[in-house]
Parts: sequence; structure tokens; C-alpha cells
Amino acid sequence: MFAPLIRLSYSASESSERFRIWDVHSHLHSVPGNTPEERMMALIQFADRLGIERLILSQGYSADLHPNPAQLREENNRVMRAVRRFPDRAYGSVYLSPSNLDFSLEEFDRCVRDGPMVSVGELEADKRCNAPELDPIVEQAVSMKAPILQHTWLKVGGNEPGESTPYDLVELAERHPEASFICAHTGGDWEQGIRIIRHARNVSAEMAGFDPTSGTVEMAVRELGAERVIYGSDVGGRSFASQLGKVLGADIPESAKRLILGGNMRRLLTPILQKKGYRV
Amino acid sequence: MIVDTNVSLSRWPFRRLVGDEPAELVARLRKQNVGQAWAGSFDGILHKDISGVNTRLAKDCRTFGHGMLVPFGSINPKLPDWQEDVRRCQEEHNMPGIRLHPNYHGYTLDDPVFAELLKLALTCRMIVQLVLSMEDVRTQHPLMRVPPVDAAPLGDLVKNQPGLRLVVLNWAPGLQSGQWHTVLSSTGHVYFDISTVEGVGGVARLVEQVSLERVLFGSNYPLFYFESALLKMQESGLTEVQKNALLEENARLLLAPTGGESHAHKSL
Repeated sequence: MFAPLIRLSYSASESSERFRIWDVHSHLHSVPGNTPEERMMALIQFADRLGIERLILSQGYSADLHPNPAQLREENNRVMRAVRRFPDRAYGSVYLSPSNLDFSLEEFDRCVRDGPMVSVGELEADKRCNAPELDPIVEQAVSMKAPILQHTWLKVGGNEPGESTPYDLVELAERHPEASFICAHTGGDWEQGIRIIRHARNVSAEMAGFDPTSGTVEMAVRELGAERVIYGSDVGGRSFASQLGKVLGADIPESAKRLILGGNMRRLLTPILQKKGYRV
Repeated sequence: MIVDTNVSLSRWPFRRLVGDEPAELVARLRKQNVGQAWAGSFDGILHKDISGVNTRLAKDCRTFGHGMLVPFGSINPKLPDWQEDVRRCQEEHNMPGIRLHPNYHGYTLDDPVFAELLKLALTCRMIVQLVLSMEDVRTQHPLMRVPPVDAAPLGDLVKNQPGLRLVVLNWAPGLQSGQWHTVLSSTGHVYFDISTVEGVGGVARLVEQVSLERVLFGSNYPLFYFESALLKMQESGLTEVQKNALLEENARLLLAPTGGESHAHKSL
């Protein structure tokens, strides 16, 4: 399945065996294909070239930050169709919006409690994540032991209205110490983001969706410990490769790379996978 | 063997980097099977003593790597007597090309001085590396916010400099895909590196859009992890012929003394 690459340093099959790479942050948008199944097939083809074992898929095709309930449902359906086609290669993560709270709680039950999905997020829509509307969503996630992937950025020119920062996520995490949060993009400005989440022990730093600037992963491991750093890509807008290079190229021990590339995500998902009777 | 057309020596102003000492940079690139690296200097972005920057760059490239490092001197055409810097790059340091950072040096591509600089580079038969960005504008230091170079005027400029060899580095997001056709349809020889290419299979898509002969391997090391560029090649599922062209052959042909596009086409 994982064809080795001649002349380049990394063999996909070797990476697969050494690291068991799981990508916590993948989407179907900007991926070739007319159906969720076709797009997923394309993603799997790219993932195979790099030895990526499993994708956590969310948000479907859309990058709409103000989805209505019908759109949320459609995107979650697309994710479930894609995962159903490749059940050994992907898990679904439910897209919700705090602006449609009642619908979102029902959608969580449909997709996670009663459906095949195993986590929440990437939450990105409508409101900053320190809003009280997030509390019932987090409580639902905790009831199923589902980790939560929350979008965060810290843009020097100012965030978009309703766009969360790592500060917002820390506020939410402090209100819910029993929940597990993954700080998507680590704020983008990772040198600040890592410091912001440093004291919030139930928040992990995620390496997806920003330039592969040297030193990112080394600083995260130094300040948070390898157990709190997680690989993700943010495909299709980003490539698997540019983001994977952050971890594979980092000056950190191999044991730390194993945790970041898959071990930590498997640990966070183990409770819900067991609860659902999935093979861990 | 790999030819990396986009590495930098010295210090990035905003953080220390693994590989920002030349001996270490060379050792790490060798480990990745890089046989040749086209090296600019981070100092050339902000220093005003460009002559000093280029002298140090040339010395480091002679001292380290046994010929692996090929120096590309910085030119800031907003400095007095910048033409003398071009002359020194060519005649005293034997550099095959120069590297430009218009957004950090305070000019746009429709500034007449840029056309004058291209003309002089063409006269000197020097390759021009045009860097459109260094950092994501969203994460820059708040006191050092530098937008990417607007590449819109590039097509007309290149058209007016037939024979110019131009390499566009770190071109996303400064150059939109719609602008490629304008640039490529001109009579110059314009190339693009892969350091900021994104999206799944992005390198293969770039090859489709601008043609195999116009794409060069560039890592933006050590500011970026070298592995990111390497893995993008792997992700794109290129054929052996395509890999060879991008990793080595296109750059070698560009750097050859006659440096013409016709050579590249023939050998590929």
C-alpha cells in the first residue's frame, strides 16, 4: 500500500511502521473529486505516499464560517460518507456551531452518540470559543469522552469577527477540566500560542495549517512536553507533506515523534473508541 | 543528488534556527543528499551595508561545503550606488546571480529602478532570484509587518527583457495562479520554486500549470524545515523524469554558462 520513494529520504512504508501516523486535522475541501467518496479516495492516495495511516476528517467540503443547520448536517453527512468508504483509514469528527446550539446538540447525538463519529470539531463557526454556548457542547463531548478540536488564530492584524484565539480556548478549558481540547494551529503565531496554553494541562498544541517554520515543534515539545503536541495537516488547503515535515524534520527524539505523529491522538481517542467498540 | 535553489545563510532576524551556522547547514543539507545549494543571506534583507553582506556570503560559500554553496548576492536598488554592488557580485565574487527582496527594500515592481536592475542583470548575464515573501503576514512581528510583493507588473517587465533568467522564490501568496500565464507567456525564462507551494499534491499541480521545465526545488531552509519541501515532492507522486527535472536537472541547466531555455527543453 505504501510505495517507497526512490532517492528521497523518507520511505512511506518505513514511516508508516515507525510512527503509525494519524492526522488529526483534515477536510474534503480543495480536494479533487465530485463526491465525498471520490475526494476521500484522492486524500488516501496522497496519504499513502507519505505513510499516513489514518485521518480524522471534519467540515466536509465547506469552509463557510457561518453555516446554517442544513449546511452543518450536509457537511457531516459528507464526512460520514467518506469515512464509510474507508473505515480503516479515517474517523469522522462532527462540525457544530454554537450559534445553532439546540441543533448542534442534536447533531452531536446523531453523529457521535448514535453515529460513527469519534470527536468534535474542527469547531470554527460563528462565535469565539469562550462563549457560554460552548459549555453544553463540551458537556456532551465529555459525556462521550470525545476530544474537541478548536480552531484558533492570533493574527497580527486582528482576527476575523467570532474567530477564536488560544486565550479563548484556555478560558473554555479552565471551565471544563475533565474535557480534552486540541488547540488547532496553536494560534498560527505559535511562539505566542504555545506560551498561552502552557499552563492549561487539558489543552494540546496542534501543528496544522501554518507555514513549516523551523523550530515550531522543538519549542512545543520543550514547553509542553511531547505528550501535548499533535500532528495535523489541515488538508486540502494545506498539504500533508508541508506539515508532516515540521515533525519529521524536528530536532527531537524519535520517541517524541512517535507520540506527536499518532501516539497522543490514539491515547485521546482510546476511551471513545473503546466505548464504541472500535478496535484501538 | 538535489540542487536546492532557495537556502539562506546567517541569522534570521526574529529567531535562531537550527542550521543558521554554515558548517551545520552544509552538514544537514548533505545528509539530505543536497549536492548544490543556491545561497542568499538573511542579512541582505535588512542590512544597509550590502557590500559587507555579500563579501561575508561569498567567503562562507568558499569556506564551507567544498563548493556546495553557490552564492547569490543581495542587491538593494534603493541604496546609493547599488550598481557597484552588482559589479562586485559578478566580478569580485563570481556570483552567478543576485537575490532581491523588494518588499523589505521598499520598492514595488513598477518602480523604474526595478526595470533598470533587471536590465543590468541581463547585461551581466546574471540570474535574478526575486523573493515575493518571507513570512506569513498574519504571524509577523507587530513592528515589522511586510506585505508580500505584488507581482502583477512582472509579466510586462519580463517581456521587455528578453533573455532574462528570473527565478521567483516564495511566490505564494504574492503571485496568484491567474498571473502565471502573463508571466510565462512573456519572452523571458521564468522559473518558480516549490518552497511555499501548498494544497494536497501541490507540486504536481504546479508542474501542470507552469510546465515541468519552469519548476525548481527550493526549500527556504533553514527558515523552513527542509523536510517539508522534500515531502511535498513525495506527496505529489511525480514520475522519475519529473523528479529528476525538479530536484536537479532544471537548476543545473539554468546555472550552466549558456543558461538558455533551449538547453533545458532539449535534454528533457
